[in-house]
Amino acid sequence: MTEHRVSYTLDSTLETVDSAEQTAGRIAVEAGFGEDEVMQISMAVREAAVNAVLHGNAYDPGKKVKLEFETTGGDLVITIRDQGKGLDPAKIPDPLAPENLMKTSGRGIFLIRSFMDEVQIYPSLTGTEIKLVKHVPGAPGGGKEASQ
Amino acid sequence: MSMKTSTRQVDGVTIVDCSGRITLGEGSVILRDQVRELLSKGQKKILLNLAEVTYIDSSGIGELVSAFTTVRNQGGELKLLNLTKKVHDLLQITKLYTVFDVKEEETAAVKAFK
Repeated sequence: MTEHRVSYTLDSTLETVDSAEQTAGRIAVEAGFGEDEVMQISMAVREAAVNAVLHGNAYDPGKKVKLEFETTGGDLVITIRDQGKGLDPAKIPDPLAPENLMKTSGRGIFLIRSFMDEVQIYPSLTGTEIKLVKHVPGAPGGGKEASQ
Repeated sequence: MSMKTSTRQVDGVTIVDCSGRITLGEGSVILRDQVRELLSKGQKKILLNLAEVTYIDSSGIGELVSAFTTVRNQGGELKLLNLTKKVHDLLQITKLYTVFDVKEEETAAVKAFK
């Protein structure tokens, strides 16, 4: 797996969400993931971008979304950072709880966690950074545990 | 590919053939407007044919939940037909598969409406 890093600074728009999803899919293909994993990665990035644009930056044209892809050591590492107020992971309701099952929102982080091997959320007063890791099957170093 | 819908009537049931992506923004809005329009016409037996839906995100899932609840609250029924593997898997992991009445064959689905 060739190691490289690419980053994008994007506006807080719905176009950013689509662009992030498409870029993630392309990079996942280039990294050697299969069809199902490409779909999972692109959806996880889409959901993270939705959170950044809607809930983080709240469509504020003055705030940007930073998206970074890094392939290293058999892992695809994706970082999405917004400039919002900060998402507290502890306050995210469980969408599988009976009382939440019929809610019309609140499944984004759950889907991200379902599709990626590792998910770390770093909230701060100046924004939220979410780091997504997917191990490339069969790659040298793939499947290793990343540090927290 | 953006979301498209078309409707047809079979034995008192409105079948909504959906195609494309049910995602945040246009796709979800189109589905929402379609269901509201049917309800406003008194068409409360709705079968969503998702055979040609290529992609759905968490907003799209939320829109399906909203449609299901809205129709039920107005005394109607909404069922899902012909899920692709992707949509099927998403409804499984979100535990919604058993909430929705999911059908695999159109004729049987139409007959299943009360």
